[in-house]
Amino acid sequence: MTAVMSPPVTPVPPPVRRVGRRGGIAPPWLFAAPALLVYALVMLYPSIVGAGSAFTDWSGVGEQRSFVGLANFKQLLHDDQALGALRNTLFLTVAIVVVQNGLGLLLALGVHTTIKSRMVLRVIFFAPVVVSPVMVSFLWKYVYNPAPDAGLNAALNAVGLGSLRQDWLGNPSLAIWSVAFTVIWQCAGYSMVIFLAGLEGVPQELHESAMVDGAGTVARFRHITWPLLAPAVTINVMLSTVGGLTLFTQIIAMTNGGPGYATDTLSTVLYKQAFVFGKFGYSTAVALVLAIFVAAVSFIQIGYLRSRETAA
Amino acid sequence: MRTGYRPRTFVLELVMVAAAVAFLFPVYALVTLAFKDPGQIANAPLSPPNPPSVKSFGTAWQSASLGSALLNSTLITVSSVIALIVLGSLAAYFLARRASRLSYSLYILFLVGIILPFQLGMIPLYQLVNDLGLLGTYQGMILFYTGIQLPFTVFLYTGFIRSLPADYTNAALIDGASHLQAFGYVIFPLLRPITGTVLILNAVHIWNDFFTPLLYLGGSGRETVPVRVFAFVNEYTSDYGLVAAGLVLAALPILVVFLILQRYVIRGFSSGLKG
Repeated sequence: MTAVMSPPVTPVPPPVRRVGRRGGIAPPWLFAAPALLVYALVMLYPSIVGAGSAFTDWSGVGEQRSFVGLANFKQLLHDDQALGALRNTLFLTVAIVVVQNGLGLLLALGVHTTIKSRMVLRVIFFAPVVVSPVMVSFLWKYVYNPAPDAGLNAALNAVGLGSLRQDWLGNPSLAIWSVAFTVIWQCAGYSMVIFLAGLEGVPQELHESAMVDGAGTVARFRHITWPLLAPAVTINVMLSTVGGLTLFTQIIAMTNGGPGYATDTLSTVLYKQAFVFGKFGYSTAVALVLAIFVAAVSFIQIGYLRSRETAA
Repeated sequence: MRTGYRPRTFVLELVMVAAAVAFLFPVYALVTLAFKDPGQIANAPLSPPNPPSVKSFGTAWQSASLGSALLNSTLITVSSVIALIVLGSLAAYFLARRASRLSYSLYILFLVGIILPFQLGMIPLYQLVNDLGLLGTYQGMILFYTGIQLPFTVFLYTGFIRSLPADYTNAALIDGASHLQAFGYVIFPLLRPITGTVLILNAVHIWNDFFTPLLYLGGSGRETVPVRVFAFVNEYTSDYGLVAAGLVLAALPILVVFLILQRYVIRGFSSGLKG
């Protein structure tokens, strides 16, 4: 159906409305103007200025700034705190992507069955997603209470595992795992819901005919469910990767980057450099590195995961 | 694998329920804590409150000024979501219907915003908001959330509009409607499913955001719930019962809304992100 009609009997004025290739009469670009204006003001313009000031020594106060070339990036390479934060960021991202999505998939497979409690369980596992990360962080800060008779330590004691009691957030080698676990606890339900949506799309007939052919549960998962879940995997991996790379709130609320710098991430370092130490130029250099990371990882993932989807 | 209820299903049911119980442990710890007095907290950290005391709730509500925080959060969330729905759907109508180089470039430009970490523009934006005199105002926050969430909103709307046949609008236009009328009377009502998704995803994000309101609203008296809770918890850090009561009170409104709307929320999350 196109807007081009059969030859008119009487001459009509030439069409003033533009005809789009989709076969509709296209609305004017002014429809996009308000959104574009707000988006440009809030995201594009500040990001461009931010990227630009990464090459200056801007203190953040006043207009005083001079071009310093790559000095901020050189400083970054010799900044143990920032390099540690980069390592922590990558570690947290990998841990969150793998465990959160693995757990989300298991939960989705579990509640996508005939068990009677499936609807209640979906609601329970998803509920933390709608609660603010700052509140979830405080909740877990109590669970991780270092006192031997509170939270997780008290629970371990109660079930006779008292020897496993830890200073969960105060131990530098343990703290990053504790933070990661909090994020995973909050977001596993998010992954679960996306996997559930993917599972809904797996045709029941495929499973039935495979069962007739004698395929067991594992074989059917490997050859039917998993390939057909590819789009859900793509979305889950991408969302949790970006979430992990830009992790901020949970760290500020639970450890503030400590003990020492054990849980600092690129986000907390750039925040501290800007608002605690007043080094805005340096801070935006860290932000630019973060942005490049996020963009590069996203593009690689889109490319790889999409090719997996079409191969499936 | 929706076959009948077999012994294997029963075992799975037990495993899943056990997982849910373990999953709910932190919630149990928090809620029981909120109902205990200091003596009980020290002596019986994990047992149920006996007798339960509700004293902490009143104190927490007062000290964290949760009443006004809820109003601030509601005002900012509702206004931003309305702005996002209006601006996002209008823009997507153009991007989805016009097959030109301009519309394609604009679509890509909006997509860039989905992966652009806000941290990159965080400091210049702070300056800009300050220069515009919007620091500590509702308008500043609404402008911020609208801008930051538009890429995702436009992405969802554009995908949906592309799946709609163009005939409806063409008919309205041929009948003499303006584009705005065709959009308002014909297109927008057809967008209801995706508008629901856009509403849920954006509302959850905006309501729960912590960092931006901390930065832009701190000390203004217009702080949102997460910011008030953050300040409250840091102030009463050693009084566990009081902190727990504050957290329960602050999380309760969104949990109640979620429980009422959970079917739509869960469906909205999955369909909105299915891409």
